[in-house]
Amino acid sequence: MSAGVAFARDLTRPTAPTLAARLWRSRSTYLAGAVCMAVSAVMLAPLVLSVSASLKTTEEASAIPPTYLTHLLSLSSYGRLWAYQEGLPTYLFNSGAVAFLAIAFCLILSIPAGYALARFPIPGREFFFVFLLLALIIPYQALLTPIFFMFASLKLTNTLVGLAIVHTTIQLPFSVYIMRNSFEAVPRELEEAAFIDGCSTWQVLLRILLPAIRAAIVTVALFAFITSWNEFLGALVMMNKGTAFTLPLILSNARQETSIGGTDWGMLQAGITISIVPCVLFYLLLQKYYVSGFLSGAVK
Amino acid sequence: MYATQRNKLIGLLYLAPAVLFVLVFTAYPLSQMLWMSLHNWSIIEPAKWVGFGNYVKAWNDRQFWTSLGFTLKYTLLLTPILMVGGYLLALLVSRNTPLRKFTRAVTFVPVVIGLGVSSLLWYWLFNYNFGLVNRFLVDLGIIARPLVWFGEDADRALWAVIVSIVWKVLGFGMLLYVAAIQGIHPETTEAAMVDGASYWQRIRMITLPLTYRTILLVTLVSVIGSLLAFDQFYLMTAGQPFNRTATSVFWIYLNSFPYLKLGYGAALSLILALIILACTIVQMTLTRRSHA
Repeated sequence: MSAGVAFARDLTRPTAPTLAARLWRSRSTYLAGAVCMAVSAVMLAPLVLSVSASLKTTEEASAIPPTYLTHLLSLSSYGRLWAYQEGLPTYLFNSGAVAFLAIAFCLILSIPAGYALARFPIPGREFFFVFLLLALIIPYQALLTPIFFMFASLKLTNTLVGLAIVHTTIQLPFSVYIMRNSFEAVPRELEEAAFIDGCSTWQVLLRILLPAIRAAIVTVALFAFITSWNEFLGALVMMNKGTAFTLPLILSNARQETSIGGTDWGMLQAGITISIVPCVLFYLLLQKYYVSGFLSGAVK
Repeated sequence: MYATQRNKLIGLLYLAPAVLFVLVFTAYPLSQMLWMSLHNWSIIEPAKWVGFGNYVKAWNDRQFWTSLGFTLKYTLLLTPILMVGGYLLALLVSRNTPLRKFTRAVTFVPVVIGLGVSSLLWYWLFNYNFGLVNRFLVDLGIIARPLVWFGEDADRALWAVIVSIVWKVLGFGMLLYVAAIQGIHPETTEAAMVDGASYWQRIRMITLPLTYRTILLVTLVSVIGSLLAFDQFYLMTAGQPFNRTATSVFWIYLNSFPYLKLGYGAALSLILALIILACTIVQMTLTRRSHA
């Protein structure tokens, strides 16, 4: 292990490994490959089983003991979910609208703020930046009590806008952080020419900078969507009317179903599948943005 | 080109909407929370000043301590699993081969789905009659008859929740670790290989020290996330048996919303926020020291 041993070897050409070492290495390669496959299987299994259970017939979904994979394909669970209480379309609309509003709020607030923080000679710029990241230190779970009281007096409880505001407070620090960094990464030469041509900062922002920060816009929107679509506690607190429920709330209700027959397991799995599909789809399609946003967001 | 007096003002205008939003929806509620915590506050009756009464009440509240203790127990059990498990997994998949990339992508899928949804999924898997965990364990001969996972035994319920959360968030730490491991200069590792260091020696002497900051980060995220746990217990155990699996946030939720004791809920929230803040400060200090 000493430097002397290393020195004695020809560093440019690795020494040929002995047969035993080669065998050992190939064995551990196969072992590592097998472990990889096992891990993948364990990670995928719950999702596969859930989707499969959502396709069981009503009788099979309530069989004791349960079957692993469905024997017949049936959409009856989805049919029952479609008509459950206010009906699936209501909940899909609520979840989608809240997510859409949260994305819009995050972008409308974070793009100008990121631009200002990256380029303008604002007094106390660092202070403002830290202030905007304030919510990172204060967990929103702790803020829900005063926010609920405030929203109750503003008549914002049970509204889609109100819940979208809660989701924006969760997601805004990340959005501002990403935006400031990507505006800073744009080379200033692009703007210089436009200013010489007499463009205003607003025109520069719209025509030159927005196309240059497309990746950041996708990242911010993607994370706002995932946060909002999946968020549970805030929705539980803010929404207590069935017509205002989001998807996670109605599924929570379906789990607590106390009517005859108890929880409708097939329908619950159908709801879980529908909730998961957009997240997984966006993740697979936009994996590049997801991973880079995830890494840069986590390192702050 | 931006350095003009006029642009100072324009810049502030661009910044104003976000600053106002944070003032109204984060800073103001924060101060309101402090104010509420000093009152007997409900929506129906006018607020009544009680000074530190709510904090005294928390001190004497058995359930508050039970919840805090349970939350800490959950945090202390879960965090090492995520730290070590995530790291081992990252070591396994950090090279860029097709199989490893696939494993990485698959492990990360549960991270992007909702915690509420994944809790409901595992609530079903751990169900006594209809759950596949019992079916699987019986088929393997590990248990003779199905187990009641969410019943009288609080520890068994806790472990069921931990299994579901490890599945849900293991990919989070893994991805951060993989990025950190891939960021190590290949020459550093090669030099050690030439020196004849074995695989585990290289991990111990090179990889671990060079990814120290990421380990701290994953630990902090896991600790804070666990201290704030709510969805998984609300949906899987519902706090049963007898609120013994009700976490701190769960107890805050019960006081603030179903019981509408907003003042007491605010006091509990503030205590929790201070605990979280303390964890963040410890982590920042450790990270800063690792720079030196």
